[in-house]
Order: sequence, then C-alpha cells, then structure tokens
Amino acid sequence: MNGFFDIPSDLQHSWAGLIGLHLRESLLPVAAGLLLALPLAQLCVRFRWLYPPVLGLTTVLYAVPSLAFFVVLIDYTGQTELTVMIPLAVYSLVVLIPAIVDGVRSVPQETLAAATAMGFGPVRRYLQVQLPIAAPAIMAGLRVATVSSISLVSVGALIGNQGALGNLLAAAQKYDRPELAVNAVVTMAVLAILCDALLVLLRVLLTPWMPRGAHRRAAAPREQLTPEGVTR
Amino acid sequence: MIRIDSVTKRYPDGTVAVDRLSLEIPDRSITVLVGPSGCGKTTTLRMINRMVEPTEGTILLDGEDIQGQPVTTLRRSMGYVIQNAGLFQHRTIVDNIATVPRMLGWGKQRARERAAELMERVGLDTALAKRYPYQLSGGQQQRVGVARALAADPPVLLMDEPFSAVDPVVRKGLQDELLRLQDELGKTIVFVTHDIDEAIKLGTMVAVLREGGRLAQYAPPAELLSAPADGFVEDFLGADRGIRRLSFFASAELDLTTDAVVPADATAERIAAVKAPHLLVTDPDGRPLGWAERTGLTAGDIATDRLLPFGRPFVPGTDSLRVALDCAVLSPTGWAVAVDGGGRVTGVVSQQTIGEAIRAAHTESRADKAGAGVAE
Ligand SMILES: Nc1ncnc2c1ncn2[C@@H]1O[C@H](COP(=O)(O)OP(=O)(O)OP(=O)(O)O)[C@@H](O)[C@H]1O
Ligand SMILES: [Mg+2]
Repeated sequence: MNGFFDIPSDLQHSWAGLIGLHLRESLLPVAAGLLLALPLAQLCVRFRWLYPPVLGLTTVLYAVPSLAFFVVLIDYTGQTELTVMIPLAVYSLVVLIPAIVDGVRSVPQETLAAATAMGFGPVRRYLQVQLPIAAPAIMAGLRVATVSSISLVSVGALIGNQGALGNLLAAAQKYDRPELAVNAVVTMAVLAILCDALLVLLRVLLTPWMPRGAHRRAAAPREQLTPEGVTR
Repeated sequence: MIRIDSVTKRYPDGTVAVDRLSLEIPDRSITVLVGPSGCGKTTTLRMINRMVEPTEGTILLDGEDIQGQPVTTLRRSMGYVIQNAGLFQHRTIVDNIATVPRMLGWGKQRARERAAELMERVGLDTALAKRYPYQLSGGQQQRVGVARALAADPPVLLMDEPFSAVDPVVRKGLQDELLRLQDELGKTIVFVTHDIDEAIKLGTMVAVLREGGRLAQYAPPAELLSAPADGFVEDFLGADRGIRRLSFFASAELDLTTDAVVPADATAERIAAVKAPHLLVTDPDGRPLGWAERTGLTAGDIATDRLLPFGRPFVPGTDSLRVALDCAVLSPTGWAVAVDGGGRVTGVVSQQTIGEAIRAAHTESRADKAGAGVAE
C-alpha cells in the first residue's frame, strides 16, 4: 500500500501527473524567460551602456528569495502555478541574457561587415547571421537555466500544493514516509539529466557547422549553479 | 565609372580618416588603394558601398550620386571581399556563395547551380560544396569569399586586403587567379592593400594614400616607379624601385648573340670562331647544357659533365627586362641564356648589354613623357 510510487491523495496527482506538472512549471518559465531575454539582450548589444544596468538588475532579482516574490504575487495571482512560474522566469534571465549577449557579440567583425556589405538589413542580419552563430552560447545558457529551474520548482510547496514533485518532500514529513522524499529527489535529478541531454542533442542538430570538439568547449556552462540556487 | 569627388570623412571622435580625396576609378580595371596602416583605405572603400557615409563630398557611380539609391540595392550591385573572407560559418560553402542571389529572389536550384559554376571559376573543387567554412584552408576560404562576391554578377567588386591573411605562396596563387579572372570578367575592381608589391602587380591604376587620409599620388604602377611624386611615395616604394621598374620593360628587343652558342659536337673551327671567354653548349635539339671555358676546349667531343650550370633561362618577349637581368646576375658567367617557348636556345646576352638596354629604355620613357607633356 505505502509503496514508493503511492502518492498521498491530498496531492491530487499520480506520480506521472506530478512529473507532468513539474515539467510544465519548470520549462514554461524558461521558455518565457528566453522570449523576454532575446529582445532585452538585443537591446544590450545595440546600446552597450544598457548592459551593465540590465545585468545588475537581473542579479538583484535573482537574489530576491522566491518566498518574497510569493508574498507579493499572491495578492494578484493567488495560490496558482503562475505564482510559482513568474519568479522562475525572472531567475532564468540572469543566465540567459549574458548567454545571448556573449553569443551575439562573439560573431566576428568580418562576418558582420560581409553581411552588411551584401545588403543585409539589421533585422535580417540579426535573424539570419547573429542569432544562428550565437546558438551554441544560447543553448549553453538554456541548459543551465533549465536544470536550475527544475530544482527550483519545489519551493512552490510553500504556497499550497504548487511545488509539483517538491510537494512530496512536504508529504514525506507529514506522513513520515521518507521514501517519498527519496522519490522526489531522484525523480527531479533524472528529469534534469534527461532535459539536459535533450538540449545537448538539439544543439548538435542545430549546429552541424561547428568544428568537432569545439562543441564540448562552447557548450560548457558559463554560469555554474550556485549552492544558493540549489537550496532555494 | 566611380568618381570620388573631394570626399572627407571625419569620425564622431574627431579622427579625420579621409581628407578631401578625389579619384576617378576607371571601369573594367583594377584600381588599388595602397598606403600605411590607418591611412583611410578601408574607410574610402566602405564609403563606396555606403557602409560609411562621407562627412563632405560626393561619390558618383556612372554619373549618379550614390546617396540617391536605396542602400541595399547599391550594396547588392557591389561584391565585397575582406580579409579572412568573413564567411558565414553556419552555412555551407554553396549556401555562402548563393547568399546574394537568394536575397535577390533567385530560386534555390538556380542559385546553387550558379554557386557551383562560380566554385569552378575561382578554382575550387565542387566536392567542397557541402562543407562548412571551418573545413577549408585559409586560401580556399578566400576563394569562397571571391566567389560569393561575384555570385550575382555585380559590375563592381570592392576588395579589402583580401589576400593578406594567407601565406606568400598561396597569396601569389590568389593574385594570379584574380588577374586571370579579371581578364575573363572585366569587373570594375577597387582593391585595398598595404603591400606595395601587390599594388604594383595587380593595379592598372594605383592610389597611394598617406597618413591623415590624403592622396599622395594616383598613377599607373610604371609611372609610380619611374616618377614618385615626393619623398613619401619614394620611401613607400622601397629602396629597389629601380629594379622593380624593370618589370615594366620588355626583353624582346635585347641584342642577343648566337656566336657563343655551340653544340656539344662542334668542330675546332667553330670553337675557334668564338671570341667570348665562355661558350654555351647545347644538346642536338638546341637545349642548353651548360657553360664551358673557351681555353682548353677539345673539338668534336666537349665533356658535357664538366660544364658550369647555365642557371635559369628567360624567354624574350614574355619575360621582362627584370627577369633577364636576374638571369644574368644569377649566371656563373654573367651572361643570361635566352630560350624560346620550347626551351631551345635563341641566344645569350651579357649583363653589359642588358645594362645598355635598361639605359635606353629609361631614356625612351623619359622622352615619351616629355613628348606627352608637350602634347598636353
Ligand atoms: N569607427 C571609427 N571611429 C573612429 N575612428 C575610426 C573608425 N574607423 C576607423 N577610424 C580611424 O580612421 C583612420 C583610418 O582608418 P581605416 O580603417 O580606414 O584605415 P586603413 O587604411 O584601412 O588601415 P589598415 O591598413 O590598418 O586597415 C584610423 O586612424 C582609424 O583609427
Ligand atoms: Mg583597413
């Protein structure tokens, strides 16, 4: 009865259901973060003076504990998934914006000059030259943001049952079933590894033009997960 | 024709990169902009396709101000080649070359066929078509850069130090290839370099710029070498401009002598008739074998294994006076060997005779110039 995969009914989800919820709550914010980071990063590339303040702001936001976000947000979005996802999306910016800016800036001057000389307008040049060449750096940023987001979702448990697999940690205590905690940690680790592997695969497919071996170098995460990030 | 009319470029920080520059760039020829680093060559080139806008002055293309046409249209009518090629690292070679045709709305198939045709034109194996730039050598990448610039058959080609990042052997190959290509295509090429030898080799007209973006001299290379406008140009040309100038004089009219050329089985009378201290011995087909001292020669059977090497021969009519002189200088006897296209000896000529020819050529070109001066 009290097996490894038997989830207490008050969580309102099966194990598979929790996994689905967990993926949604962690990946949607990264996707939203990416959509937000792309134009912001482009502005930072275009107007150099903008980059330091933007970077500073994302770092400050990253330092705000999720609990503080929840306290503010709960008045507007209630005890919902959205309340969990908004801080996660904000956190992802601290990794994604520098990744995109670095990637776009790494495009050689000659390549840009050649594109301009061939009659590429700014938009076409951004979409067809700068962004594709920045892809490896962006993918590296996405990997860090994704893995970090998967671990951070658990804090949703603080505002009712919105922590997905993280809820199991609370349940383990409540029902004195330590195996649920083990289940939560192992499942999250496996999800993180799988998502990371998928992103690596995606990058290899997206960048057949990279020298072999360079893949590994360019893909090394630029920002390591901070201990703070993991424990949050 | 591209006409640069008293153009000045002042960058926002106050740097004057180009100062009241006027140039008439003739159609269907190579015009080289040369000068020391920072003298405004790149700036000038980029004003022609409006990647840089002049502060003052106008640039006319076929009589029309380039400010008057949409900038993308202007740029797509001008190929642009740069140092390190600036290839799109994320696209295959064939897609790199097809870039401009695709932007002009050509179908994929047609653009790729055109790309393949251009690869052959610039001497690239079409087997490389599906590769990415990182899989090519620097020289091959540079050829792709040229092919890409030519893809939509633009009348104008702008080249900014295209060959300066490759080693000297590859560079020479690329230069020869460009000259061959230009013979076929007849583009209006503006070529930037800081290498005066490259300028003299490639240019129909050469514009020497000095620091501060001012024009020091604009002339054909032969004139640059014979009459540098001032000390700056003279210094820039280097210490051996006299020797280099000989490249522009033909060796066809050199006074060759055949007296001293004898076959290996020559008779005693034939050998006795030679007045020069050395004889050039040939095989039965008339190809050179080497030099022999006249004294102590046995008739009928000259020992061909003890001859002095004849060095490198020159071909009168094809090679310049510079090559002829070089052959004479390198020859152990001081005499240069002239051969025809088939390598058969047509005569020999001494350093002294070449020296006289050089003096005569100089006198003649000075007289030409004086005559031209009067005619004007
Ligand atoms: N964007 C810019 N802003 C300010 N100054 C510039 C800019 N671009 C070039 N300059 C200056 O203008 C001058 C001419 O530069 P340019 O690049 O045209 O020289 P160049 O002849 O091509 O030199 P090189 O042989 O080194 O390529 C230099 O003094 C350079 O520092
Ligand atoms: Mg330059």
